[in-house]
Amino acid sequence: MTLLLQILLVAVVAIPVAGAAVVALMPASRDRGARVVATVFAAAGLVAALVLVLWPYLRGVGGDPTLGPWAEIDAAWVPALGVDFHLGVDGLSAPLVVLTALLTLLCCAYTVWKVPAGGSGRTLAGLLLILEAGILGTFLALDLVLFFVFFEVVLLPMYAVIAGWGGPDRRRAARKFVLYTLFGSVLLLLGVFTVVVAAGTGDMLALAGGFGLSHTTQYVAFALFAVAFAVKAPLWPLHSWLPDAHTEAPTVGSVILAGVLLKMGTYGLIRVGVGVAPEGAVWASPVLGILAVAAILVGSLVCLRQTELKRLIAYSSVSHMGFVLLGIATHTVTGLQAALIGNIAHGVITGLLFFLAGAIKDRTHTGALADLGGLRETAPRLAGLLGFAAIASLGLPGLAGFWGEAFAVVAAVERGGALWTTLAVLAALGGALTAVYFLRLLRRVTHGPASPAVTGVPAISRPEWWAWSPLVLLALAVGLVPALALTGTLDPLAALTGALR
Amino acid sequence: MTADVLTPLLSGVPLVLGLLGLLLTNRRTAATLGIAGAAIALAITVLLLALVDDPIRVTTDWVAFGDYHVTLGYGLGPAALYVALAVTVVALCVQVYSVAYLHDDQRYAPYAAQVSLFTGAMLLVVSANDLILLLIGWEVMGACSYLLIGHDRRLPEAPAAAVKAFVVTRVGDVGFLLGIAWLGVSQGTFEIDRITEAPTVALLLILAGVAGKSAQFPLHTWLPDAMAGPTPISALIHAATMVAAGVFVVFRLFPLFAGSPAALAVLGVMAAVTLLLGALTATAQDDLKRVLAWSTVSQIGYMTAALAVGSPAAALFHLLSHAAFKALLFLAAGAVIHALGTNSLTHMGGLRRHMPVTFWSFVIGLGALAGVPPLSGFWSKENVLVAAAHAIEGDGPAPVWAGWVVYVAALAGVAITAWYATRLLLRTFFGRSRSEQWSVGFDDARYDVPPGPPHDPPRAMRWPLIVLAVPALLAGFAAFLPAFRAALELESPHLSVSIVLPLLLTAVGIANAWWLWHSAPGHDPVRELGRARPLLAAGFRIDQLQHLLVVRPTRALATAVLRVDERVVDAAVEGTGTTATRLGAALATVHRTALPRAAVAVFAGVLVLGAVAAIVGAAA
Repeated sequence: MTLLLQILLVAVVAIPVAGAAVVALMPASRDRGARVVATVFAAAGLVAALVLVLWPYLRGVGGDPTLGPWAEIDAAWVPALGVDFHLGVDGLSAPLVVLTALLTLLCCAYTVWKVPAGGSGRTLAGLLLILEAGILGTFLALDLVLFFVFFEVVLLPMYAVIAGWGGPDRRRAARKFVLYTLFGSVLLLLGVFTVVVAAGTGDMLALAGGFGLSHTTQYVAFALFAVAFAVKAPLWPLHSWLPDAHTEAPTVGSVILAGVLLKMGTYGLIRVGVGVAPEGAVWASPVLGILAVAAILVGSLVCLRQTELKRLIAYSSVSHMGFVLLGIATHTVTGLQAALIGNIAHGVITGLLFFLAGAIKDRTHTGALADLGGLRETAPRLAGLLGFAAIASLGLPGLAGFWGEAFAVVAAVERGGALWTTLAVLAALGGALTAVYFLRLLRRVTHGPASPAVTGVPAISRPEWWAWSPLVLLALAVGLVPALALTGTLDPLAALTGALR
Repeated sequence: MTADVLTPLLSGVPLVLGLLGLLLTNRRTAATLGIAGAAIALAITVLLLALVDDPIRVTTDWVAFGDYHVTLGYGLGPAALYVALAVTVVALCVQVYSVAYLHDDQRYAPYAAQVSLFTGAMLLVVSANDLILLLIGWEVMGACSYLLIGHDRRLPEAPAAAVKAFVVTRVGDVGFLLGIAWLGVSQGTFEIDRITEAPTVALLLILAGVAGKSAQFPLHTWLPDAMAGPTPISALIHAATMVAAGVFVVFRLFPLFAGSPAALAVLGVMAAVTLLLGALTATAQDDLKRVLAWSTVSQIGYMTAALAVGSPAAALFHLLSHAAFKALLFLAAGAVIHALGTNSLTHMGGLRRHMPVTFWSFVIGLGALAGVPPLSGFWSKENVLVAAAHAIEGDGPAPVWAGWVVYVAALAGVAITAWYATRLLLRTFFGRSRSEQWSVGFDDARYDVPPGPPHDPPRAMRWPLIVLAVPALLAGFAAFLPAFRAALELESPHLSVSIVLPLLLTAVGIANAWWLWHSAPGHDPVRELGRARPLLAAGFRIDQLQHLLVVRPTRALATAVLRVDERVVDAAVEGTGTTATRLGAALATVHRTALPRAAVAVFAGVLVLGAVAAIVGAAA
């Protein structure tokens, strides 16, 4: 059984890589065929991920899901440096693994139907698979150096996706994205080696809880990790690559970027930052909390003044990730769980929002709010879905977005004291502002008389329904059954934070 | 056992049918689903009322965040069941009425589904025993109100009104969420019946949410604008859902409020201001629906006033009778608008002969609103006044001064209410018709007006009126039923001297309005308000104040933040990039220099290095 699980674990990362290789070897004339093959591989990856994640529930064996990783593989990789090929899945990573596999499948399927202008669909599908492998590896890695390697794998394919298939200003945006996140990566590398040299191991399970690292090491390491992951998440004021990247990226790029790529930052902050340097996390938590609330407020205020559809959604991501980071900053189990479910919810809902924004831009050839209007007159279904996604994104209770935001506030109240109470109040105010800008968006895009741009837009096609409906259902399902994203997170989190109690 | 299954279904059935209905396009199926949802919920309520004596409590674990357990917890006492009864009856009437009222609306299917969701959400608030579960119902209602108020595509003001309703209530909900968080953290649980005490701050925060949902000053501004929604929606929002939710939540948490005189005092002042503000503004409105909207603001003020003086029973009794007569009034107003094609009182008059059913509905509804005995409103308002009188004597949780504030405001409100109710009735149904042309362009529901005089509405719209007229007429006598009194913990009605004063004030209000109307035929009694009229008509210009103090500063702040984000934060990043590029370019230029200069540089470099080597060597 263990061997089977280990094979499965490697397969989850290997299937997309194999898919990318097969797609690359197919002749350029079979472009559509290659895209279909990529979709098949992505589907196989999703099945593998689902089996891996649901294993403890399917078989009742393979370990208790609430205790540590239930599937683990640990092989020597570079013995001289003490670097291991150490993968594992536990409650923290499981929902993100499924989300990544699902979004990649949806994006590949979407690519079969529609290839954005700029390059061959075959290459785009292959890049999506490589992206998937990198992201999954990041979520599964249990060795710091391996984590860093996977973290870096993601960078160049994403650059290529933006630069190859993006909007008119794509090259500049892609360059900004890659340079900015490389800057974060350098700090991450420094942090990784600070820890590995001081502790003599890169095993994240062994390192969890501090591993007897000195105060100074923990402070320095956490500072480095925090800045590195803050760039990726992104946390204000290190966010400015995001709006440009999103505005220019093709639809599938935006979906992957917002849906799972940003989560590498917040996941890393929990797993690596809080896990490896807990004292540093406690030490930095007020600063992190203040910046997180600043992100919430700045993000929503900027959204109030945005005039471009995708840019608005990008800034709303800054605000939503602020809630996730606030949860992490509180350094309570409540807050960390809020952050985890916030991660998943944002991935689902913003993924959907970017799909819809892409569909609207493709149909109307404009993203300017001033030119849109009256969409519900000409495309009621599309307008209805946009309304659903916006209402889910503004944190309506009963839908996925609510839990993360509400319990980030609860966690801040739980921390108590003047600072955290103020932060809770400001974060809740940010929640109200979120409602304001999303309703403004809906009013501009869907209400009123039909503008020339939205006249005669085609209805939602069948492939689009296929790509979007899983996200709609997930937004509802995670809202109604939040345990979907939280089962098995309590003990790993208690282990991460409990070292100090 | 039965109750354990039925209680979650009470809100679950309309919610699920509502969600399913959102997928429909077929009119007939949508109507069936909508009516079925309300009817099943009504049947469940009746069953529970008949079968169950003890309060019901059903709890299932839902999810845990750290130490905080969120439960799917339901708790239904007999009082809550009566509220559920009011909600389901009104919802059913609204669903049936809407079939005819929106008979040629293209988007009827989502509309009916949203009404179902709205009903289910309110029933969730009524039956929840967990604050988080309650919050879900609470906010889903906000979203449904947004969708339904913005339903009408031909009203230019509808989208703005919808946004306003959601945003203003959401601002209150900032407090509500924080209050819930505070309560949960301080008590370690979100289950209402396990929370035993509450810090005053948490209660005040919850009151902010209540003010938003129940349209209390200063967050009442969304309610009159919400008239842009179709008239049946107004009936739903004003009578049974949304605005009743806030009152119900305070009722539900009243044991906590009873322990905090400060919170009750704040509630009392808020209630008194709201009550008078609503009543005074209602006097000067020219729009039929707006008169009723402002009267809701004022009547909800009576309910919160009753809560503030420590009588949750009186509040709930008034909530129930108000649900009956306000739903009746709005549906009847819909019939008038349906027949005339206008909301404006200026174009109405003399409808009594043409629309007898509507006319009698209005007589009953307005009579109950004004508190004319023996209609329902008389009994429930009487209860509120008695409770306030008790508070003055100091027996109750509220401070005595708050009792005085509430009592005086409530008495003044009685006279003003009688005045505007009379004016409304006279202007609409008596006198001469002020319009030559009966069919004016519609600004509510699209409906082809047949030529000829106005007439009572079709059957699907007439029957709900008749059904609702019964409780509006008789609900007051429920106070004489021991079972009902026990459920609400209501005192038995005592017709003592204390009723003389309010009755006298009602009579004065009615007589004054009638005299003004009678002495100058064809003139609106509102002219007598003189220079106060524009101020009252504009609702004391609180909208403008809100715009000036909240909306504009927020916009300015947003603009400033956008500038900082673009010109400081992002510019720093871009600046780093361009600076690096320029430095690189400068270095490149240096390297591309001509041969003589390059040779000089190389030799200079050799010289420097040699000097360094020599010094280091000498030092070693």
